Amino acid sequence: MKLLTHNMLTSHVKGVTKGYPLLIKATEVKVSEEEFNPNFVSRMIPKLEWSALVQAADGLGHLQDLPTELIADYEANEDFLRKVHRVLLEVEVLEGCLQCPESGREFPITRGVPNMLLNEEEA
Amino acid sequence: MASSCRRPEHMAPPEIVSIIIFFNERITSRMIEIQSQMSERAVELLNLPEDQSCFLLDVGCGSGLSGDYLSEEGHYWVGVDISTAMLNVALDRDVEGDLVLGDMGEGMPFRAGTFDGCISISALQWLCNADKKTHSPPKRLYTFFSTLYSSLARGARAVFQLYPENSEQLELITSQAMKAGFSGGMVVDYPNSTKAKKFFLCLFAGVSANLPKGLGTESADKGVPSQVQFTGQRSRFKNMKGKSAKKGKDWVLEKKERRRRQGREVRADTKYTARQRRPHF
Repeated sequence: MKLLTHNMLTSHVKGVTKGYPLLIKATEVKVSEEEFNPNFVSRMIPKLEWSALVQAADGLGHLQDLPTELIADYEANEDFLRKVHRVLLEVEVLEGCLQCPESGREFPITRGVPNMLLNEEEA
Repeated sequence: MASSCRRPEHMAPPEIVSIIIFFNERITSRMIEIQSQMSERAVELLNLPEDQSCFLLDVGCGSGLSGDYLSEEGHYWVGVDISTAMLNVALDRDVEGDLVLGDMGEGMPFRAGTFDGCISISALQWLCNADKKTHSPPKRLYTFFSTLYSSLARGARAVFQLYPENSEQLELITSQAMKAGFSGGMVVDYPNSTKAKKFFLCLFAGVSANLPKGLGTESADKGVPSQVQFTGQRSRFKNMKGKSAKKGKDWVLEKKERRRRQGREVRADTKYTARQRRPHF
């Protein structure tokens, strides 16, 4: 699960109002190289919850030099876009779980795939 | 197994059927080709901005065949599937997209406005069957469509390739989609060919647009509806008084026209068409 996907995932359990952001408890993380696409990164930035991204990256120990506040005029700032690219697309959680901030319910992650299947009562 | 293969959703829940199919059938290159073609058509119907890498959702992504096409086109995607077995195959095939194990009938677990578009190849019909006593297909369809609607960016589309069982099922699906806020409708490619006919449910989130035209429908745009035309032809052959219906020039010309409507390649009609040949033929 890449951090881009994590930034979009929420708990959809019935009755939960604040199922975002899911807390990452990782036991295995992988960093791989991905082709840098500045246009894509630039277009994704407005869709991101910046604080959730920073919190997730920090929790995994991969925050490095990513700014904690979104800077203005990022479209032309290649240096900044590269930092975002790294955090969004190159850091992957392989094993662990995602925890709902409201209920504490855990969604396990296996081989990088989060299990979002609900129980009978939760649907 | 053979008779229920045409409607795998009648055999068992999707996560079981996918395992059975995977181990019992050879995944032929033809099957892969068909999946790829349908994915290509679905992306075409998405009408994404040209030369732009988008963030897409693949519902019922399975082993990632459709996802591979999305990656080929330079898009980033997230795939959702209910079958661990199929997702494991996708992982082994090293697909580029991120995978999520989830049940579409429980809702899409994504924030509002996440995706630039959504495709789904041969997955929607699974929602129309109740695999558990507690399942209500209309409710699951609505849960799916309403959460999908919110997870799509404004102006995004969702394209579903499906094999509808009957018109009631199609009605149910489209009505729940409309209830969830979508506009759009069905696009049918090659409607006159049983073999090539494909259904695509094309939904628009937030904007209304003209429904794209189905492929192979141009020649059907005539003033007279084709059904009435055919009825006339049938009774004419019945009145032929013992002469073979298959040999006349009219029959040959009609047959060629029929094949053209099916989208096949047919030689042009010339003065030699259906001419009487010398007896040695």
